[in-house]
Amino acid sequence: MNNELSDSIKDKLTRKLISSHNMGDFIFEKLTLLFTVSVFLLVILMGYEMYQGSRLSIAKFGWGFLSSSTWDPVQEIYGALPIIYGTVVSSALALIIALPLSIGIAIFLAEIAPDWLEKPVSFLVELLAGIPSVIYGLWGIFVLVPWLRQSVEPYLSEKFGYLPIFTGAPYGFGMLAAVLILAIMTLPIISSISRDVLKSIPYSQREAALALGATRWQSTLIVLKDAKSGILGATMLGLGRAIGETMAVTMVIGNRALISPSLFDPSYTMASVIANEFTEATSQLYLSALTELALVLFVITIVINALARLLVWSMSRKWKTS
Amino acid sequence: MENKLMDSKYFFYRKKITSSIMMSLTFIAALAAIIPLIFIFYYTISKGVTYFNFNFFVAMPKPVGESGGGMANAIMGTLILIGLGGAIGIPIGILSGTYLAEFGNNKFGFLVRFMTDVLSGVPSIVVGVVAYTMIVIPMKHFSALAGGIALGILVIPTITRTTEEMIRLVPSSLREAGLALGLPKWKTTIAIVLRTAWKGIATGVLLGLSRAAGETAPLLFTALGNRFWSTNIGQPMASLTVYIYDYAKSPFEDWNQQAWTAALVLILLISILSLLFRIITRSKYKTN
Repeated sequence: MNNELSDSIKDKLTRKLISSHNMGDFIFEKLTLLFTVSVFLLVILMGYEMYQGSRLSIAKFGWGFLSSSTWDPVQEIYGALPIIYGTVVSSALALIIALPLSIGIAIFLAEIAPDWLEKPVSFLVELLAGIPSVIYGLWGIFVLVPWLRQSVEPYLSEKFGYLPIFTGAPYGFGMLAAVLILAIMTLPIISSISRDVLKSIPYSQREAALALGATRWQSTLIVLKDAKSGILGATMLGLGRAIGETMAVTMVIGNRALISPSLFDPSYTMASVIANEFTEATSQLYLSALTELALVLFVITIVINALARLLVWSMSRKWKTS
Repeated sequence: MENKLMDSKYFFYRKKITSSIMMSLTFIAALAAIIPLIFIFYYTISKGVTYFNFNFFVAMPKPVGESGGGMANAIMGTLILIGLGGAIGIPIGILSGTYLAEFGNNKFGFLVRFMTDVLSGVPSIVVGVVAYTMIVIPMKHFSALAGGIALGILVIPTITRTTEEMIRLVPSSLREAGLALGLPKWKTTIAIVLRTAWKGIATGVLLGLSRAAGETAPLLFTALGNRFWSTNIGQPMASLTVYIYDYAKSPFEDWNQQAWTAALVLILLISILSLLFRIITRSKYKTN
């Protein structure tokens, strides 16, 4: 009994000795912890700072900020509805274009292409993700917009002018240009994550299908079904990117707070309003309203990203454990 | 009997044909993604070469109405801003990545990992707004410092996650060898683990910095822009990306041309960074 007790005391003492000997370890761990905590605090601080910055606007407009449709800096009335509309519509339409293409690319890269073809194609698609957004915008202004104005939009309004989405004057600058640019920009993200998701599915799934006499396409369908939640996650990451995309959109969308069904009309997105008007904001209330837009954008992208990460993560976990 | 055979043959061929059609459609999708890439590169190079000469790198921008001139200040500004962003983002990124890999197998580690992922999805314009409210308003004027901090925040997630992944790749036998020699953990981590993983970490750093080099939105109302030569980080500073934005929107054709050249220079700068990245990764595989 006594012996045991002294043993345990001895044990404790030696441990203490070792730990005091390793003061360096203690400092090292706490130092790295400090920096890690700073990353954590940074995200919270960002939200707090923007909340502080937008208090004036929140106090004045309340929830009406999100539902009222007049954005008039001269009269100091700020309602973000047309801007939210522009953001949602441009991102949603971009995804409708980008998603089938991205899934196609992902299938091509993960299921069909031989190694020698997969590597360069993956590289090129990733290169598309590396081009700075402002260069997309530059290309949009001088190549895409003139092309839309001179060829695409006149053609569409002539052939399909009875549809409300193809009415109005073909300026070139407007929703259609923004949608096309956003589709190109979200393509690499969705396709590269979807490719990784497809690749994470064990090869035995495909072999089982092929052994039962399925064609390549039928086995791919089965793999796609397994990869559903992962691809959904990839799509949401693309959505997050499209919603927050600033420079390219602000350069081609025409920048007018307007709710119009026509794709030819100019529009506005949250990010492009901030980019375009922040330096011009002369009054405190104006600045505060723009900061509130940034806060809304921050919250939306955080929610979307969190959900997307959870989906992709749960997907890779499922296949790891099985 | 024969009819049934015909039927099954019909189904067989139908599913074969469907399969090949769908498979070729995926190939077309891959082509469709590469076409805009080719277009963008083609226009940037063909329109950018007009002003791409020695003068562009050493001369200052000319006032409105005068043609010619260069963007020496913007090139310098971009380099300084990347440097500032790196000075802030690299230590935070590497140290927090080290923590996550070495001590982060707990709930807190999971939470931070999640936060860095979320941070990487925050639009860069939002980071610009935060830098404005945190630095520009208290300083009462625009400054390169605010822009550098915004870029620093943007590179943190990339560097943190690559550092963590690279450290996790270091075999634990190396770590054990160090500990068995009686080295304390911190020395083992710095002298053995980080040293083994440094190439991977360096690629993460370069990747982060090359992305930062192409950022415009967080600089619009932090570093703002400057038509003069300035290396003072307390003052507004020019950058290639903001110049591209301003010159692309301007009504002067000469400026539009220069925007293309600036885009070409920016793409070259980013290519040099990713070339470094490739050289580093290649030599990593050679030595192993």
